[in-house]
Amino acid sequence: MPELDPRPYLVAGAALLALGLWGVAALPHVVRKILAVNLMGTGVFLVLVATAARTPGEVPDPVPHAMVLTGIVVSVCATALALALAQRLQESGGGLELDGRGKEAAGPAPAPDPECGEPSCRGGREGAS
Amino acid sequence: MIARAAVAAACAALFAGLSWVLLELPVPSGLTAPALASLPASGVQHPVTAALLNYRGYDTLLELAVLLLAVIGVWSLGRGELQDVDLSSRPLLLSLLRLTLPALVVAGGYLLWVGTFAPGGAFQGGALLAGALVLAQLAGRGRAVLGREAPVRIGLAAGVAVFALVAGGLALARGTLLGYPPGQAGTWILLIEATGFVSIGLTLGALLAGGRPRTVEDRDA
Repeated sequence: MPELDPRPYLVAGAALLALGLWGVAALPHVVRKILAVNLMGTGVFLVLVATAARTPGEVPDPVPHAMVLTGIVVSVCATALALALAQRLQESGGGLELDGRGKEAAGPAPAPDPECGEPSCRGGREGAS
Repeated sequence: MIARAAVAAACAALFAGLSWVLLELPVPSGLTAPALASLPASGVQHPVTAALLNYRGYDTLLELAVLLLAVIGVWSLGRGELQDVDLSSRPLLLSLLRLTLPALVVAGGYLLWVGTFAPGGAFQGGALLAGALVLAQLAGRGRAVLGREAPVRIGLAAGVAVFALVAGGLALARGTLLGYPPGQAGTWILLIEATGFVSIGLTLGALLAGGRPRTVEDRDA
């Protein structure tokens, strides 16, 4: 197997992490923040895999590979949970922009469900069907 | 605007510092040698699968618990819609599904099996199973694959339940958490991986619905 220089991948991983951190801190939209967190995670995975390739020996270090493997699946699940929370946020009329301006910035709140206007009632999506 | 520029500068500094540290890191001795040395006793022939299910089994056990928690979290936030579209008027989509869905499930099962001695395993196979479930839902057949609540719930919990039972049982019987009996590790790992495969696939596939699927009973009520 030809030797592959892992250094560009380490730098690319650091770049993805920093870019994602900037997105989390600077972008007000919730979905952009979720994407940015995913970018950070991808940077970490890239660094882990590149580190595994740096270890001496014929095969890459299997332990970081195992961690990345489980990490990818967990990050998908965390993203799904975050998106479900974002959807709840929008359904509750809070808007998806976290810029401190509240509802005005997000436009008019969705019309309340005629059958159940209570905030405790689960459900814009139920009302939609 | 000033705050944004400050954040950008801080992140640029983080990138520079992190790159420098990563490039200056001494070459790690790594865990390749011990991982390969213990491979004959691990019950499998591939070091990544051995790290996942044997050396670091407790880690994978907790990962499966995290997957179940994610589903519980999403389900507690609202109800998801599973479509039941009649595809008889769309024969092309129907025949595509009939070809690809079984192929995806078989390929996932193959990846699960091949993980014993080559790249593959429960996570990779589960991802393919999830792909099949996503495809079915996007084609409007979500009710057909995820509509029955009891089997779906059992499947979602089976991975972490079987793993925890095996871990706890072995801890009681042998005094070590996930200390497989010599010579039997492969069998236990395959049992854990097979149920984990189903749970991982179902978890990732069910998350697409965006909430607890409405059942037929809910609709009638």
